[in-house]
Amino acid sequence: MSTTENSNIEHAVEHHETMSKGRIWKVFFILLAITVIEFIIALAVPDTILPTAIKNFLYVALTLVKAFYIVAFFMHLKFEKYTLIVGITVSFIFIIFFIILMLTEGDYLNTHMNK
Amino acid sequence: MDTLAKLDEVKTTPWAGGRSPFQVEYGKLMMWFFLLSDAFTFSAFLIFYGAQRFSKLTWPDPDLVFQSIPGITDTGAPLVFVGIMTFILIMSSVTMVLAVEAGHRNSKKEVVWWMVATIIGGFMFLGCQALEWSHLHHEGFWWGAIPSAEVVKGLGADAVSAQQFSNLFFTITGFHGFHVFSGVIINIIILIMAAVGVFERRGHYLMVEKVGLYWHFVDLVWVFVFTFFYLV
Repeated sequence: MSTTENSNIEHAVEHHETMSKGRIWKVFFILLAITVIEFIIALAVPDTILPTAIKNFLYVALTLVKAFYIVAFFMHLKFEKYTLIVGITVSFIFIIFFIILMLTEGDYLNTHMNK
Repeated sequence: MDTLAKLDEVKTTPWAGGRSPFQVEYGKLMMWFFLLSDAFTFSAFLIFYGAQRFSKLTWPDPDLVFQSIPGITDTGAPLVFVGIMTFILIMSSVTMVLAVEAGHRNSKKEVVWWMVATIIGGFMFLGCQALEWSHLHHEGFWWGAIPSAEVVKGLGADAVSAQQFSNLFFTITGFHGFHVFSGVIINIIILIMAAVGVFERRGHYLMVEKVGLYWHFVDLVWVFVFTFFYLV
């Protein structure tokens, strides 16, 4: 029992040597830069240059980039076993399905309930 | 090579049994499963928020609702305060990952120091959220309560959409804030365990990694809450 535990722990430690201090700060500055870009889009770019629809698309896209950096590097998922990465990310297909479902529903209500 | 030897060879693949195919420690895998389920809960909240927003003819303009910095100005500073909150949370995520990194080197002193920094960041975020909530509450927003029709109109909304916004804002940021609060409590427990040398005796700092996963997840959720409440 204790031997298996130890071997697992050793494996885990082995995998973790990819996240150095320099890399941590690099990811931090990427996250900070993306947030600053979001602020610039929100505050400094008038709606006449960039329509709200495009702005919203950019916010969501940049948010997903941020999410990638947090999950991949801070949560260390990028350095885990391939099967674990796939197992976790593929589950989000249900959320994508739910987004499509609920936004379609909301859109329907917008045209039919507000009459 | 005879057949028996070949059969033995098959058993060495990751999925042949007898070893952990993911090569992660049990508690860490369970933390991932918990976070996945929590991600589904938060997604359900945020997707419902999106569906409500799609279904309403108007919606309060976030630049007008959130334009105060408590203690400095009441108007004219959209996004600034929430920007500070976002910065605090990302910063505390960095200190957390630095604690994990120190744990890999079995450096007890550094783990303790970075955990303290993370906890301070967590408390700062909670304090900011308390200010944000009390500001909106003074404006007249609460569960089941909205400001006067005039104010609501000034925000570009109507009674129905303002009420839905208010309910969802307090529910979702409240649920997130509760996660931050739990995270701070768990971080304090881990800090004490690190400080008294529990992990040192154990020989590894895997517990720091596990609470780290939770803490980064809380940060991750905030990234989405920030986008959908304050930017879009």
